[in-house]
Amino acid sequence: MKILVPMKQVPDLVEELEIDSSGKRLNRDFLKFKLNEFDEHALEEALLLKEQHGGEVVVVTLDMAEADNLLFTAIAKGADKIFKIPGNCDEGIDCHSAAQMFATAAKSIGFDLILTGVQAADDRDGQVGMLLAAFLGLPHVSVVTGLSLEGASAIVHKEYAGGVMAEFEVVLPAVFGIQAARHTPRYAPVSKVRQAWKTSKIETVDGGTVPASNGSVVNRMFKPESGKRAELIEGSPDDVAGKIVDLLKSRGLL
Amino acid sequence: MPNDVFVVAEHLKNKLSDVTFEMLGKGREIADACGGKLVAVVLGSGTKDLAAQLGVADSVISVDDPALEHFSPEAYRIVLSSVVKDRQPKLTLIANTSMGMDLAAPLSAELNIPLVAYCKGLSADSGNVSVTSQLYAGKVDVESSITSAQAIISVLAGSFAGDAGRSERTPSIEEVRPSTSLNDLRVKFRRLVEPEPSDVDITKEEKLVSIGRGIQSQDNIALAEELAAALGGAISASRPIIDNGWLPKSRQVGKSGMSVKPKLYLTLGISGAPEHVEGMKDAATIIAVNTDPRAPIFDIADYAVVGDLFDIVPALTERIKGAKG
Ligand SMILES: Cc1cc2nc3c(=O)[nH]c(=O)nc-3n(C[C@H](O)[C@H](O)[C@H](O)COP(=O)(O)OP(=O)(O)OC[C@H]3O[C@@H](n4cnc5c(N)ncnc54)[C@H](O)[C@@H]3O)c2cc1C
Ligand SMILES: Nc1ncnc2c1ncn2[C@@H]1O[C@H](COP(=O)(O)O)[C@@H](O)[C@H]1O
Repeated sequence: MKILVPMKQVPDLVEELEIDSSGKRLNRDFLKFKLNEFDEHALEEALLLKEQHGGEVVVVTLDMAEADNLLFTAIAKGADKIFKIPGNCDEGIDCHSAAQMFATAAKSIGFDLILTGVQAADDRDGQVGMLLAAFLGLPHVSVVTGLSLEGASAIVHKEYAGGVMAEFEVVLPAVFGIQAARHTPRYAPVSKVRQAWKTSKIETVDGGTVPASNGSVVNRMFKPESGKRAELIEGSPDDVAGKIVDLLKSRGLL
Repeated sequence: MPNDVFVVAEHLKNKLSDVTFEMLGKGREIADACGGKLVAVVLGSGTKDLAAQLGVADSVISVDDPALEHFSPEAYRIVLSSVVKDRQPKLTLIANTSMGMDLAAPLSAELNIPLVAYCKGLSADSGNVSVTSQLYAGKVDVESSITSAQAIISVLAGSFAGDAGRSERTPSIEEVRPSTSLNDLRVKFRRLVEPEPSDVDITKEEKLVSIGRGIQSQDNIALAEELAAALGGAISASRPIIDNGWLPKSRQVGKSGMSVKPKLYLTLGISGAPEHVEGMKDAATIIAVNTDPRAPIFDIADYAVVGDLFDIVPALTERIKGAKG
């Protein structure tokens, strides 16, 4: 079982996001990046499947900020091979183009299963996993929280609202958008990541040339103005507590 | 037709979801502004009753087939793809939900029609369509214009008023057969898995103390429990708390958890990601405690406490106990 996991870095949302002078993009000079949370779950699920059934986990990423660190961290967690698709994507890339590059790369690497994160918060043209499935002509299920293998098929749970899930049986190869792995993603000790930098090698895989996407243009990027501004409750913790109690009383909640 | 707006109706267990009516209401406005028709598309089996509720649309395309009894990423995509390819609507609105995510992007790739996702705002001016997408977990919006003849838009639940999408009118229904066989597909529906029955039904609680990743560890949950007990309420949580296995799924609020509407919703260390907000924005009074003054939760809260929950919660629990005597 060869499991392919495309992974990406996204801006760390704990930091202040600044819009650049064009008014259409984030100012990338000061962005801090972190691994997309759902990709950690996708990798975890892949590693769990490998531990259960054998095979290999192959992580692939585009040539973007901190790609090398992402790949070596994956090795430290247990991935077997790491690939980078060349082509400077530091300015970001839309999902349709990324999915086309992954489709080309996936065909040359080979795979039985592709696990992506369910989504990332930094792009507006959909989810790469499902686009990739369509470009490869493969079955797909998104928002997956449970995954097991039965012969040549995977049994997956897809989450709906209200805690309801649907169970599907899917003939492999397939693409799944992972929402949550069976358990909390493992942690990679810094020493192991450092070791991976020294001993592992990043392989290169061609993503082909991708025509510029069109169909929509960005007019502006802005911070949403909330219609309703919350009223600030300030002071020492005890003051704040007192004010909340008063307000609960006045609203008949206490 | 070149100016038509299609809305893909979403349903589960024979009930249309609210986002369907929200899209229909908005779709009505856009179709009128573009001089086109509003068409609802219902896929399913035995969906006459559902189709009858879509009277805001000028017409309903109904694809009724046993193979479509349950949502299937594959069967639904195949059918919808052929409908859209056939009719060439200007816009196809699909909910940005779990089901919609398995339709919008694949359709876009397959039919080579651009997709604008995470839509929370949509307008049309002399046929020019502009879409506002919500990105970066609610911290940044992006407005784009559609420059091609056709587009797929995936719409966030709760973005538009649902009332405008409801009508008593009986729509005209056009029955359409699937154009290809739906046998021998690679994705087979097996069953629906219902949530485990739980001790507490958070949708019925009047007061919820809701914890997020800011609570840091399972041990700290006791703090929130004590506060909830003092208030006479229950605790609920954001997704990471559930995924960590710290609380049962029945306590999850949000897109893939419960939608709650308590009198009081007090958040502790929840950032206010759109998927969480979707499930609690209609609470009567929202008080949010968060160390980050820019946390999106403050955009929908009534009262904001910028501070450390580990300072605030003990003080508050004590005060409430005192106030009750
Ligand atoms: C398809 C899909 C479905 C989803 N469904 C759901 C869902 O149903 N429900 C849901 O909740 N999420 C859902 N999510 C996940 C959602 O996108 C967010 O990841 C999640 O809501 C974040 O949870 P959080 O606010 O607890 O964590 P974070 O976003 O990490 O926020 C933690 C917050 O705690 C604050 N904080 C830290 N320390 C303290 C302190 N000491 N005192 C006070 N504040 C502190 C931080 O400033 C931060 O704002 C879904 C995502 C997807 C893609
Ligand atoms: N540039 C990229 N590099 C690697 N993986 C990506 C990239 N873009 C998207 N992905 C994968 O697709 C998933 C969905 O991301 P997105 O389509 O950006 O919402 C991510 O969680 C990754 O698994």
